Amino acid sequence: MAVPQDLQYTKSHEWVRVESGVATVGITEHAQDELGDVVFVELPEQGATLAAGDSFGAVESVKAVSDLYAPVGGEVVEVNGMLEDSPEKINEDPYGEGWILKLRISDEADLLSAADYERLLEGES
Amino acid sequence: MAEEALGRTPLYEEHEKAGARLVPFAGWEMPVQYEGVKAEHEAVRNHAGLFDVSHMGEVVFRGPDAEKAVQRLVTRDVGRLETGQAGYAAVCYESGGTVDDVLVYKNPDDFLVVVNAANREKDVAHFQEHTDGLDVEIADESDDWALLALQGPKAEGILQGFTGTDLSGLKYYRYVVGEVDGLYAVISRTGYTGEDGFELYVRPDGAAPLWRLLVEAGAAPVGLGARDTLRLEAGMCLYGNELDPETTPLEAGIAFAVHLDKEERFLGQEALRREREEGLRKKLVGFKVEGRGIARHEHPVAVDGETVGTVTSGTQSPTLGEAIGLALVLPEVEDSFDVVIRDRPAKARTAQLPFYKRQKK
Repeated sequence: MAVPQDLQYTKSHEWVRVESGVATVGITEHAQDELGDVVFVELPEQGATLAAGDSFGAVESVKAVSDLYAPVGGEVVEVNGMLEDSPEKINEDPYGEGWILKLRISDEADLLSAADYERLLEGES
Repeated sequence: MAEEALGRTPLYEEHEKAGARLVPFAGWEMPVQYEGVKAEHEAVRNHAGLFDVSHMGEVVFRGPDAEKAVQRLVTRDVGRLETGQAGYAAVCYESGGTVDDVLVYKNPDDFLVVVNAANREKDVAHFQEHTDGLDVEIADESDDWALLALQGPKAEGILQGFTGTDLSGLKYYRYVVGEVDGLYAVISRTGYTGEDGFELYVRPDGAAPLWRLLVEAGAAPVGLGARDTLRLEAGMCLYGNELDPETTPLEAGIAFAVHLDKEERFLGQEALRREREEGLRKKLVGFKVEGRGIARHEHPVAVDGETVGTVTSGTQSPTLGEAIGLALVLPEVEDSFDVVIRDRPAKARTAQLPFYKRQKK
């Protein structure tokens, strides 16, 4: 499973793309594969403030629920409203159309590099 | 960390080859999904799906008092079963709480009781304990059987291609001993999906050839994930969710499997009769979530902020595209309530069971 090299990661299988102070967050290919068909995404309100490590929502497949954790702290500036009607985007395109939310970063946190995340996945399998 | 070795069914290698995701379930390493829960669910609703349910337990009652023993242990009047017929029943404690839900097959000379994998040892001990003084042999023969379920509108057509038994003449909840592609098989028109279909009891060495045959004939392998969404749409109980030692079969809505009036005394009969007279302490309802979210097992049910019950099962229904569930609630609860999903109440409304009913031919 290819891990995009230009992103950062968390141990709880979120990915993070940082562009001019805004972090776009989603779940990884591995996470969506483990979950199976995603049928529901619980998103926070726009404007909510999250601390790094806060649980901010959940992704549900037919069978399982997986909590989502904020990889960095900040204000929610945008949520991916498309997921409300098309949660399957998380399966189809986890690093693209399946993004979950954008945070204006106020609190940096230690994130994993792509190489670190690959090692984590190898350790799990 | 010490882990108890998980059981493997005779189909373990077939699952691995098919790319199944295997998970620990009731002490067994079982496939939870192959292609994906939704696709497998749809295969069963529209075509045919094949399940490995070899983890289920087969307990045989033999001897002069076999019928007496089964009568004493289960809620159904098995004296009314004809040879070649199967019946769904509950096994209860004296309290009326549920030990297990089972399928009883009446054979010419004995009874086969099919039990849930997780309850196998508990059940056999319970059966032994409560058949004192009866001339009966109770044998756990689970290791002698593999069990495949072929379910869906195309199940009959697929299976008929490999057996001389006339399947069109085999009614629901009837079974015959026959052959499938030369393999000894008990062919039972039963299932846990809400579709027409068969459960095939075969010898362990016959399981893999039969599996491959049916898959080549077009049946899609289906895992435990879709098994759960299918049975939930069909409004069927799962032991550990709707049924447990604190819940009676009347409360769980399976009164059709309880013959309170049967002459032979059965364990739990008095408690169940009393409950019938005095009124249920809780009742099982089906519901749909009208607000956002999916209710899950153990989420609270509330009315005006007051907890009035618990969700026993919940999922996103692949057939209906809605969040559905079953809940045990206080008897006075009416048709509208909240399900509390991760501390947030979502509106729910009771729905008639089953959520899904197949079109009869």
